[in-house]
Amino acid sequence: MCLGVPGKVVDIYEQFGTRMGRVDFDGIVKEVCLAYLPEIEVGDYTIIHVGFAISKLDEEEAHKTLALFRELGLLEEELGVDEPEHAV
Amino acid sequence: MKYLDEFRDPDLAEKLLDDIHRLTKGHWAIMEVCGGQTHSIIRNGIDQLIPSNIELIHGPGCPVCVTPLEMIDRALAVAARPNVIFCSFGDMLRVPGSEKDLFRIKSEGGDIRIVYSPLDAIKIARENPDREVVFFGIGFETTAPANAMAVFQAKQQGLTNFSMLVSHVLVPPAISAILESPVNRVQGFLAAGHVCSVMGFWQYGPLVERYHVPIVITGFEPLDVLEGIRMTIKQLEEGRAEVENAYARSVNYEGNTPAQKMLADVFEVTDRSWRGIGEIPGSGWKLSAKYSDFDAELKYAVTDIKTHESPLCRSGEVLQGLIKPNQCEAFGKECTPRKPLGATMVSSEGACAAYFQYGRFAELTQDVIHLEQV
Ligand code: SF4
Repeated sequence: MCLGVPGKVVDIYEQFGTRMGRVDFDGIVKEVCLAYLPEIEVGDYTIIHVGFAISKLDEEEAHKTLALFRELGLLEEELGVDEPEHAV
Repeated sequence: MKYLDEFRDPDLAEKLLDDIHRLTKGHWAIMEVCGGQTHSIIRNGIDQLIPSNIELIHGPGCPVCVTPLEMIDRALAVAARPNVIFCSFGDMLRVPGSEKDLFRIKSEGGDIRIVYSPLDAIKIARENPDREVVFFGIGFETTAPANAMAVFQAKQQGLTNFSMLVSHVLVPPAISAILESPVNRVQGFLAAGHVCSVMGFWQYGPLVERYHVPIVITGFEPLDVLEGIRMTIKQLEEGRAEVENAYARSVNYEGNTPAQKMLADVFEVTDRSWRGIGEIPGSGWKLSAKYSDFDAELKYAVTDIKTHESPLCRSGEVLQGLIKPNQCEAFGKECTPRKPLGATMVSSEGACAAYFQYGRFAELTQDVIHLEQV
């Protein structure tokens, strides 16, 4: 029920006085309510739950988290030989 | 897909698992509160990959599972009325009431419609001015802003033929109730990421202080869940009890303030009983007085409800983490997702359904599994 799926905002408009938009989920575009994210812009990523954008995804935090995972255990390994090259 | 594949990377999962194995010395019991996390854990076999001295206890965080039986029976009574269009999230249709479920009412002629968003129900109300539209407003804090917006819009647009049957539940009072229980074994919590996307995590500081228990805000992808476990174990091993955030890309301390403002306007805190668990004080939301015209419970005073729960079903114990689903005698026998005896076998986030779907038939023979799955 609390499933939220990330998607990319591709369009923003008003409907019945409410901020709405269209969000692209990897090719599938759906109408969603953006009223709770007044600052979100086209191109931003957001978590959508039952047709509502509930949070803006923070790119920088995502990178920090992934970087932390990559560094785990490096001290025990031989200086990062296992580090994948295609860093995201 | 961005933000999905990256957090499913098997190489990074390996690193996280190695670190969890390195860190874990003691025996620990951690509860993942949210059913979405239970699903992710069982689906990815995370409970079998982590050290055997960490027990994951599946929490009550599946709103479909904990919606009280009286409320399901009330929904069935309202949905059966001839002039009503009853709108609901799809998960609720198979939840067993005392006698029937919503699917049964539908097959008996009830106008029941599955909607993706509560705003779809508003649209249906606008398009059917001569019918009464009722939406089954269930969920945790994650879903509440959507339901609140539907009620807000109905008022704004002057829709007198719309109402909502509200059965909202709240996470922090449930955590308190678990920790207050004399049989509690939980030593640390993975808090539900999307609940916190809405509410932030300012509510958890007092819990951590009062009960000295680590609470780590955790997401839903395999790497998110592993990181939640890793951070919780680290705290437990170091004797710390803090609120930490393992889902920073979607959650910050304040949460979504415009959503919280709307929630404070549309809802007010109420005592709520949880199916299988019982009443937890202050653990729900109902419509505030300002929106009482939209309260289906008042509009359709359904009285004389006599509830009857299956005597075989042990979902209450499952929801409190006292038994695992496959320890229930009826699991996979009398009770399957196609013929569920309890709500925890209905939603894919219910622990019983997750165990069934991913073949956790510890107590059953191969034959039975085969029979039940075809
Ligand atoms: S397996 Fe079925 S009967 Fe047993 S606890 Fe789960 S829902 Fe109830």
